[in-house]
Amino acid sequence: MSMPTYLGMPAFPDAARKAVADTQLRRNLTHATHTIRTKRAGAVAELSDWAELRQAAKAIKDHTLANLDTYLLRLEENVTKAGGHVHWARDAAEANEIVAKLVADARADRVVKVKSMATQEIGLNEALAVNGIQATETDLAELIVQLGHDLPSHILVPAIHKNRSEIREIFRREMPDAPPGLTDEPRELAAAARAHLRQEFLHATVGISGANFAIADTGSLVVVESEGNGRMCVTLPETLISVVGIEKVLPSWRDLEVFLALLPRSSTAERMNPYTSIWTGVRDGDGPKTFHLVLVDNGRTASLADQTGRQALRCIRCSACLNVCPVYERTGGHAYGSPYPGPIGAIISPQLRGLSSPVDASLPFASTLCGACYEVCPVAINIPEALVYLRAKVKHSLPERAVFHLSGYVLRGPRRLAAAQRAASASRRIVARRGRIRRLPPPMSGWTDTRDAPAPPPESFRAWWRRTRS
Amino acid sequence: MRIGLFVTCLTDTLFPDTGKAVVTVLERLGNQVEFPQGQACCGQMHFNTGYRDDALPMARSFVSAFRDYEAIVTPSASCASMVHEYYPALAAEAGDKALAAEVSTLAPRVFELSVLLADVLAVTDVGAYFPHRVTYHPTCHGLRMLKVGDAPYRLLNAVRGLDLVELPDAEACCGFGGTFAVKNSDVSAAICADKVAAIRRTEAEVVCATDNSCLMHIGGALTRQRSGVATMHLAEILAATDGPAQ
Repeated sequence: MSMPTYLGMPAFPDAARKAVADTQLRRNLTHATHTIRTKRAGAVAELSDWAELRQAAKAIKDHTLANLDTYLLRLEENVTKAGGHVHWARDAAEANEIVAKLVADARADRVVKVKSMATQEIGLNEALAVNGIQATETDLAELIVQLGHDLPSHILVPAIHKNRSEIREIFRREMPDAPPGLTDEPRELAAAARAHLRQEFLHATVGISGANFAIADTGSLVVVESEGNGRMCVTLPETLISVVGIEKVLPSWRDLEVFLALLPRSSTAERMNPYTSIWTGVRDGDGPKTFHLVLVDNGRTASLADQTGRQALRCIRCSACLNVCPVYERTGGHAYGSPYPGPIGAIISPQLRGLSSPVDASLPFASTLCGACYEVCPVAINIPEALVYLRAKVKHSLPERAVFHLSGYVLRGPRRLAAAQRAASASRRIVARRGRIRRLPPPMSGWTDTRDAPAPPPESFRAWWRRTRS
Repeated sequence: MRIGLFVTCLTDTLFPDTGKAVVTVLERLGNQVEFPQGQACCGQMHFNTGYRDDALPMARSFVSAFRDYEAIVTPSASCASMVHEYYPALAAEAGDKALAAEVSTLAPRVFELSVLLADVLAVTDVGAYFPHRVTYHPTCHGLRMLKVGDAPYRLLNAVRGLDLVELPDAEACCGFGGTFAVKNSDVSAAICADKVAAIRRTEAEVVCATDNSCLMHIGGALTRQRSGVATMHLAEILAATDGPAQ
């Protein structure tokens, strides 16, 4: 069976139109986003120094990014010293090639995976499959997505678009060892996945992870998770390969403290996540015998060079911005055509892939600019600012450019604006009925399909002022 | 105080009553209001849609129209936040040091109406009388960019006869988003549907806000549904009195 792919996705408005009409999806998303939104607000409100933590996190990330070369080399040095091997990958293809070779060198044809955005980004599972290597996702939600031949639709909760009865159907259909009579009780579903995955963990000789953080000072890698599957993957197999974006490095353990306070509360609304795995190289008789760190650039250096765009490199993938976004709440993640959906995805995807495809060119516009994302972001990424910045880089269509240049010409000249207002007022009896405009031609029909437009008044404010005041 | 009114292109063209209401309220409080004829548009729509080159001359014309005023008032939190948040970036990007310098002294004098009234002039009772059930929608740019805080609530609470009812999930966006409402009309309409449902649950007669753009969006859905709920800019409520019609 061919694997699902983000390639060739339609532009956001077209994908979103379908999503908005999907009643089951809407129900699942409304329930999930509202629940996690409320819980996060509660978890954040518990800390009186949240604003200071947020500023500290921003400052640490900015400092690290400004000195990225120094910290990356320090990380490499200390990982190597601890017995690990460091590989550098310029792009997705290079990273996939490195990982596939490492797995082949370990004589493995299957790997177990910790949930990882970096490996989603580079399409690692698909690349491994081409090399005859079966990758099994061990995070419950990623497993649901994988078994369902589906794509993740959320950074933290990749199966957020599925409810429990849909999940039961996927398990019954796709999981050979699903217990007979499986119901849609969450406990039963989790137990079924647990039993299924246990076999994978016990037989796997290679584990693949990402990392939430990499500590330059000691060469330590950090994965935070909730289910314990990550702990299994980074301790049981003989070989561990971690695929990590170069922006994940932090200078020291003291810096990590700030992020371990911010990340769980922002993402799962927990005071502390259940499992935090930290490893430094390899050691005899404990954990993997071989450790490889693959450091991935894949467009990050280019983002770093961009003054407005570089702030997105602070992202710690908490997904708080998705959960509060009015757009994401109605469309879900698939409409964004990328493993990075939601407000942060609308910045990151065009940064990493460029603005040339229809979906990437449409992503900066997939926002009302309401600012809820910026407000909750634990590293203070000004997402609306970055979005309008990207909008200026998109190649607009010729008719749109004509409309905006013409309206710009009218709107910057008070005399021209007054003349346009007189024309609008004169047309009011033609275009409007009972004070409202019910129908306008495309593209304005997008408005009048569901909303009336106001009729122009008999006289503008400007005309009234001239008539009565000057 | 001598105050320059930046009425905004949208209010000027489509909602002149809001502009008149701003004049009425400020004059009632003893201020001198002027309408500089050189004003046009702040450039937000062009800036936010990616047409920065078109927005720049609008920023220049805004500065030249208002540079001499002690205070500038506008009935739009969104347009005020454009001046505060993005004019400095526009000037810097254009490498226009003179514009940047003017913006840095001008922007702090640009106030959204409720902020000017409640915080700068420190008046909450503006002498208004409006015997109706009203709910207030805090617009996103007022709430999160300009941070107008509770100024509109303080003003509304001081209006005689007004029954202010809390809007459920008030801080949720209405789905307008400028050109978003047309470029992503389906999503915009879906967001608006929930806002309108929340408004109707309050059983208010009027929903008010500090931005006619969001009100145009919400109002467009309310009238399409024949909901019987009106939209009014905050200024128009503050201008209403039980005296003779003005």
